[in-house]
Amino acid sequence: MLALSIAAQAFVKVKGYFDVDGWFAFGAVYGFLACFLMVVFAKVLGWFVKRAENYYGVDEDD
Amino acid sequence: MTEFLPPALIMLAAAVLIGLARGTWRTAVVLAAPLLTLVAVWQVPDGVVMTVDFLGYPIEPVEGSPVRRLFATIFAIMAFTGGLYAFRQAKWYELAAAFAYGAGAIGVSFAGDLISLFLFWELMALFSTVVVWCGGTPGARAAGIRYAIMHLLGGVILKVGIEGVMVHTGSVEIRPMLATDFDTWMILIGILINAAAPPISAWLSDAYPRSSPTGSVFLSAFTTKTAVLALILLFPGEKILIGVGLYMVMYGIIYALLENDVRRILAFSIVNQVGFMVCAVGIGTQMAINGAAAHAFAHIIYKALLFMSAGVVVYRTGLNKCTEVGGLFRTMPLTAVCGIVGALAISGFPLTSGFTTKTLISQAAADEGLVAVYFTLAAASAGVFLHAGIKFPWFVFFQRDSGLRPKDAPWNMAAAMVLFSVLCVLFGVAPELLYRFLPYPVDYQAYAPGKVVFYLQLLLFSGLAFFLLLPMMRRTNTLTLDTDWFWRVVMLRGWLATQSLIGLCGGVLGGAWARVRSWLRSRARVYFGGAPSGVFAQAWPIGTTAIWIAVLLTAYVTFYYIG
Repeated sequence: MLALSIAAQAFVKVKGYFDVDGWFAFGAVYGFLACFLMVVFAKVLGWFVKRAENYYGVDEDD
Repeated sequence: MTEFLPPALIMLAAAVLIGLARGTWRTAVVLAAPLLTLVAVWQVPDGVVMTVDFLGYPIEPVEGSPVRRLFATIFAIMAFTGGLYAFRQAKWYELAAAFAYGAGAIGVSFAGDLISLFLFWELMALFSTVVVWCGGTPGARAAGIRYAIMHLLGGVILKVGIEGVMVHTGSVEIRPMLATDFDTWMILIGILINAAAPPISAWLSDAYPRSSPTGSVFLSAFTTKTAVLALILLFPGEKILIGVGLYMVMYGIIYALLENDVRRILAFSIVNQVGFMVCAVGIGTQMAINGAAAHAFAHIIYKALLFMSAGVVVYRTGLNKCTEVGGLFRTMPLTAVCGIVGALAISGFPLTSGFTTKTLISQAAADEGLVAVYFTLAAASAGVFLHAGIKFPWFVFFQRDSGLRPKDAPWNMAAAMVLFSVLCVLFGVAPELLYRFLPYPVDYQAYAPGKVVFYLQLLLFSGLAFFLLLPMMRRTNTLTLDTDWFWRVVMLRGWLATQSLIGLCGGVLGGAWARVRSWLRSRARVYFGGAPSGVFAQAWPIGTTAIWIAVLLTAYVTFYYIG
């Protein structure tokens, strides 16, 4: 499926709005990188803002 | 006056009737009233329909326009499907509150002036709080209080702005404005609070997941989307909204990635999706406004569908967390399939309603040459698939086998889910059904081959990223601090500190006062106290008196001579 979606670009011209997004397999690379960065960012943020579930008191455990 | 009923009034009457009726009659009210409302919505012509004079201001409770009818339509459809989903499981007072809440949303849709907008706005705040309380747990009650405080505060800010506009312009009409002075800023902030904009978006993820499985379906639909409509009507093209929207989009993704509670993941993705709409309103072109309206319409359907699917899981298992469920597709195939349809739609997969509406917004950003906005939205589309599109179905229905074997959805819940799944696909394959009703004429081809390929690549490779990064996303039994930390911890500690400071000051002042009093008392005792202690109260010897008289006489004689 993944390969197919890239192969498809060989047959269909992707009309980029800003030059770079018309590059071959741009969507694939951009999607992957964006997700990677978001997951890493969330992970790092998690070190600072994650707390045990009863942080706000007992009512969290409904 | 008019020859038809205001649509909001039908819903409000239905809310009362739900309380009065029993059994089959109640069911009939729940299912028939939204359909009647839908008919009434489409009877509303363009322009002001009703005018009432109030304190010298013309109040226009019903004013029609294409975008108003579009929002009222989806609110009515939502009330019907939500009613179908809930009528056998929810308590009657939850249904009644949900319908009154829906009446508020439809009322806002048609409000022609700021005063009626404000009244319906508060009606929503009031009854949505009741819906949150219907969660029935101590956590739901506490979250409901926090939710109510936040919305009443938002209402006050909105009211301050409306009063200012009334006084300074003399008009209460709803018309496009920009945030240029104090009054308009107050209105904008009041609306943005309901849209779950930063910095206080935490009310949404705090309250919605604590409501009942049926309540969260209603909650997901009305409040934030009426805020989007209010922004479309009042602040189209307000540039600050672009930044606010992009922040919401990213915030929703990051927090959803960290979250363990299934319905809270969906709550964060509401903020994310509303961010797309807020950003579109900020862009403000006809294409962007069309995108915001269309996306709100599609979003209500697939988001409610996701909440329905999660609601069935909570209803059948009583479990809320990713770490507790898993592998439920075996015994809940229908719920799983409907959940996946909703997940694909929210991710904007081609052939779903998310694709045909979200790309309108991206197209608007591209047309305006907003490079950063366009690429952020594209990254966000990938992120949506990551946090809602795969994460939700994967952790709930697949992942490991939790050993749970719950039954699939009850028939009415299943019917509601199937109905919304069909709509998700219908507006995906036949977008012109929706495009016809948008506020501006649509000249847009959703299924340009290049666009489809681009989005397929984007989404499929986010899927690849998800599975490669799965070890980094293992769910933990934690909660994530949010801005609500400031009012749940900092403000609480501040209050306790203030209390102890007041106590300390009271102690110091009390001690000082006690010392002053005892000193005064001792002085008084010295000078006026009873015998034998007081100076003027002692019995003095007669000789002393004679000496004093002699002194006085000498002084008198002396002054006499001088005089």
